[in-house]
Amino acid sequence: MNLAGLSAGEARRRMRRGTLALRVGPFTARLRSPFPEVAREVWRLYGDHPVADTDFIDYHAALAPPRGPRRWLRPQALFLLDGRAPFRPLPRAQSVPLLEWGLNWCIARQAHRFLILHAAVVERDGRAAILPGDPGSGKSTLCAALVHSGWRLLSDELALLDMADGALHALARPVSLKNESIEVIHGFAPDAVFSAPFADTAKGTIALVKPPRDSVSRVHETAEPAWVITPEFAAGATADLAPASKATTFMELAHNGFNYSIHGAAGFDALVRLVSRCACHHFRYGRLGDALAVFDALAAGERG
Amino acid sequence: MTPGALHGALLDPDVVRGWNLAAWDDCIRQAARCDLIARLHAALAARGLLDTVPAPPRAHLEAARVLVDKHRRDVAFEIECIEEALRPVDTPVLLLKGAAYVAADLPLARTRLFSDVDIMVPRERLGEVERALRRNGWSPASRDAYDDSYYRRFTHELPPFVHAFRGTLLDVHHNILPPTASPSPDAPRLLADARVLRRRLRVLCPVDMFLHSATHLFHEGEFDHGFRDLVDLRDLLECFREEEAFAPRLARRAREFGLARTVHHALRATARFFGDDAVPEALAGGIPHGGMDAAGQHLMDALFDRALAPLHPTCDDAFSGAARFALYLRGHWLRMPPRLLLPHLARKSLRRLVRSPST
Repeated sequence: MNLAGLSAGEARRRMRRGTLALRVGPFTARLRSPFPEVAREVWRLYGDHPVADTDFIDYHAALAPPRGPRRWLRPQALFLLDGRAPFRPLPRAQSVPLLEWGLNWCIARQAHRFLILHAAVVERDGRAAILPGDPGSGKSTLCAALVHSGWRLLSDELALLDMADGALHALARPVSLKNESIEVIHGFAPDAVFSAPFADTAKGTIALVKPPRDSVSRVHETAEPAWVITPEFAAGATADLAPASKATTFMELAHNGFNYSIHGAAGFDALVRLVSRCACHHFRYGRLGDALAVFDALAAGERG
Repeated sequence: MTPGALHGALLDPDVVRGWNLAAWDDCIRQAARCDLIARLHAALAARGLLDTVPAPPRAHLEAARVLVDKHRRDVAFEIECIEEALRPVDTPVLLLKGAAYVAADLPLARTRLFSDVDIMVPRERLGEVERALRRNGWSPASRDAYDDSYYRRFTHELPPFVHAFRGTLLDVHHNILPPTASPSPDAPRLLADARVLRRRLRVLCPVDMFLHSATHLFHEGEFDHGFRDLVDLRDLLECFREEEAFAPRLARRAREFGLARTVHHALRATARFFGDDAVPEALAGGIPHGGMDAAGQHLMDALFDRALAPLHPTCDDAFSGAARFALYLRGHWLRMPPRLLLPHLARKSLRRLVRSPST
C-alpha cells in the first residue's frame, strides 16, 4: 500500500505514534513527529511511496520539539536519529526541509554499500546522467525540468553508485528547489505538486516538488551510468555542451563524494571505472527549453 | 540481567540463526549506539554466520566494516604524523588505547571506531612536546581559560589538541589516571615497562594495557560507551590469553598501583556479561581487594549490570538511569577529593544552565 492509500488523518496519527514507516528506494525509514504540518507535507510529497510493512527499519527518524522553555517562546524542531540529535534545532517552520536534510545525512553517513556522490541523477532508456554541481549551478532546477519531460528521477541530491556492480540506484525523493527556481518550475510544470514554500532557511526559500509517480513506482530499477554532465547556469546563455576531460570530471566527482574517502582505494577504483565508462561534459545553459533539447539529443544518441 | 539482543549475539553468535527482523532491528540499533556494528560483523563472520543474516541488517554490518577500515587507516596515518612532529624531541612516545591497538595490530583494532588519538610522554617532556605539536599544526581544541587551567592543574593530560588541517583530536597524557585520584599509578614505571614498537613508539605492556582500559571504564564514571569498553576488556583478555604469567602479573600490578578494586570490578563485570570463560581461570571471580562485603558486592553488581548495558532504550529497565547517575557520582568521587570536586561540579552545572538556551 502507498502512503496516499492512507487518509491524511491516519498518516498524521501514525506519525504521531511513531508507527509510520516508508520504503524509499533501497532503504526503509520510520518517521515520527507530533507536528501535524510535517505529517501533512510528508503525506502529500511521499504519497506514491510504499508504506513499509517490515520489522527492520534502516533509519528511525523523528522530528520533535527540543526540551526546555524555548518550545513555547520560539518553536523549534530537532531532527533525531533513533533518539539522538546530530544537528542543532531549526525553527519549526523549517521542519520539512530539516527532515529531508536529516534523511540525506542518514544515508550519506551509513549506506557504504554505495559510493555516494552529491549529484542529481536522471535516466532515460536505462542510461543515466549524473549531474554533480555546487549550490547555484542549477542542478536541481535542471533535474526538476528533466523529470517532468520524460526522464526518470533517481535522485536530485544523492547519486548511489553500487560498489559491487557500478549500477546507479534510485531514491525518487522530492526535488528541493531554491528561490527563483521555484517559480521557474511552477511555470514549466504546472501540474507538479509543490510543498508550501519554506522561507529564511540557510539556503533561502525552499520548496519541495513531489517526485513523478512513474519514477517512484520504478524506484527498484537500477540504471547504467552513461553521462557525467556538470551543469552551470548562466542567465541568458545559449546552451553549450562541451566535452570535459576524464581527469577534471574525476576530481569534480571526488570533490562531491560524501563517502569517497571512507572507501579508500576501492572508492578511487569505483570512480575511475565510472568516469571511464561515461561520456563527460560541461554544460552551460541559460534557458530550460534549450537545455532539454540538448538532453533529448543525448538520449537519442546523437552525442555522447 | 537482560542487556538485549546485541549482548546475546556477542555472547553466543549462533543465537542469530533464530532471529526475526524485529530482533535484528533491536540489535543493529543497539550496536549503532555502541559503535559495535563492525565488532558484531566480526563475531558473525568468525562463525560463518553472515550468510544467515537477512539482507537489510547485513547491509548495515557490511557498511560498518568499510567505516572501521577507514578509521584504522586514519589512525595509522595520524600516528605517523605525530611521530614525525615529535622527532626533534628526545622522548619516548607511548601510544594509549585505540592508537596502541592499531600500532600493535591487535585484533580489536580491526573492529573499532576511533574518536581521537591518545599518547603519553614523561611529565618533564610535556612542555617540549606541546611546543613541537604547536609548531606542526596542532592547537588547543578549546579556548576556554577555565578548561585550560582545569586540565593543567587537576588532570593527567594537557587540554585536548585539534589539528588545523585534518581536524583530528589528540590527547597528550603524562599518566593514565589524574594525580588527584586516590590511587595514582607510577608513570615512570609504566614507561619503563612499555613495549617498544619502532624507534620511539611504545605501547603499554599487556597487564598495563588491561589496567588502563579497566581504569578508563571503572574510574571515569561516564558510561556513554560503557558496553563497548566492556567488550574491549573482553577482547584484550582474549588477546593476552597466551601471554605468559598474565594473571599473576595483573594481580600484582593492580595491588602495587592501588587499583585492585578497579581490576576486581573489571574482571567481575566481564565475567558477568560474557561468562567465566572470558576471564583467565586464575582470576575468575575477581581478585582480592578488601573492603567490600557481600551486600556491597551485590549493590555494585546491580549498578554495573545496568550502567554497562548498551545505552539504548531497548536495554533499559526502571533503575538504569538511577544506576548510571550513582556511578557518575562515584566516578567523580574517585578522581577528585570533595574539596576540589564540589566547586568543579557546581561550575560545570552552572555553565550548562547558562549555555542551554542557545542550544
